[in-house]
Amino acid sequence: MRFDIHFQKKLTSEKRVFELDVRLTSTSDHQRIVILGESGSGKSLTLKAIAGLITPDSGHIALGDQLFFHQQRRIRLAPQQRRLAYLFQDYALFPHLNVRQNIAFGLSRSWRNPHPQTPDPDVAYWLDAFQLRAVADQMPDQLSGGQKQRTALARAVIARPAALLLDEPFAALDPALRSSLRQELDALQRSLRVPMILITHDPEDAAVFGEQVLIMREGRVTPASATSESKN
Amino acid sequence: MNFELTAILLSLKVAGCATAINLVLGVSVGYALARLRFPGRNLLDTVLTLPMVMPPTVLGYYLLVLMGRRSWLGAWLQDHFGFSFIFTWQGAVVAASIVSFPLVFKPARAAFEAVDGQLEQAARVLGIAEMALFFRVTLPLAWRGILAGVLLGFARALGEFGATLMVAGSIPGKTQTLSIAIYEAVQAGQDDAANTLVLLTSALCIAVLLIAGKLAPGRVSNRDN
Repeated sequence: MRFDIHFQKKLTSEKRVFELDVRLTSTSDHQRIVILGESGSGKSLTLKAIAGLITPDSGHIALGDQLFFHQQRRIRLAPQQRRLAYLFQDYALFPHLNVRQNIAFGLSRSWRNPHPQTPDPDVAYWLDAFQLRAVADQMPDQLSGGQKQRTALARAVIARPAALLLDEPFAALDPALRSSLRQELDALQRSLRVPMILITHDPEDAAVFGEQVLIMREGRVTPASATSESKN
Repeated sequence: MNFELTAILLSLKVAGCATAINLVLGVSVGYALARLRFPGRNLLDTVLTLPMVMPPTVLGYYLLVLMGRRSWLGAWLQDHFGFSFIFTWQGAVVAASIVSFPLVFKPARAAFEAVDGQLEQAARVLGIAEMALFFRVTLPLAWRGILAGVLLGFARALGEFGATLMVAGSIPGKTQTLSIAIYEAVQAGQDDAANTLVLLTSALCIAVLLIAGKLAPGRVSNRDN
């Protein structure tokens, strides 16, 4: 499946106007795309728009044959319906639920949270796959950075998403941890066979994950700034 | 003891109803003000907080104007249902609700604002509908702050005097709530009755304050990390 994205959005805060203009197209199936940019260049906003957490002013966002957003045709799929895995920069783990419950969170649409010792086989699978068995009953504030990240990842991928969206997944981790987690993410994406968009300010991430690397500057991502292999 | 018991039971009934109303209204308004952005939001917040600073007799007067026998609403209710808010316990409930509303909705708003919006965003992307995520994410993280406000509102409603006296009068067994009963007892020189009532009311209020204090945000249990 491929991404076909081209949208614009104008954001006004008290002092400045920020114009987002993003054009992104996968050039192969389940491709790994990296958007590289400085802080404040609009990377998080781009990912939020793709996930449906903010709504663009114009343009379209599509994945495969699924049209998430089309301004002219007045199509706007709620974030709940897009089936995307989203990894937030500070993980956004639910502080009142343990690791097991966090991972199982999206599995049920009911008004009740999963049981603290939920026996769900999918949960068990991901606890083992990410070596989280030992901490399965712990609360997020008791976890290390790497454990938090893996819990957030398991939570995001357990329901078989159509694509992975990652917001600076390694920024909060120390360098030694970064490279081992990069490898884990690499293996995960290959096994899931879904497209991935990773936003980062770290060129190392681009080197490892960038089948297609786009540069973002002051809200603008265009094909003209795309580099298919890193030239550094 | 009968006279005192009547006053206490009546107060509990009135305060209970007023608090139940404010639980629904205060939490809804608190949530709306916390999450929705619209022009005049802070102005609305200020207006809704007014009952907390306005003299209760002033509020009582406004209520008389709005619901009294000669008002549009009062006359309509009298004609169609034979019902009036004036000199009834229902009127006391209205008075108590209004004066304690800010004490419920402000902590509720603060509690909702303290919940990281990103957690709700995470729940959305995971496929959970708005109502469901309110009960699964927002409320579990906000309920302590909300409950603290509800308890304060209850204490305030329990002690309501000025507005209640204006609207509902001081009819023993019907509208003579605790504070009014104490006032009447002192006026009539019934010191024993007054003492009993004052001690009971004080004990109730202290208990409520203690419980509310234990629930307020910031009391996180210490964990060894």
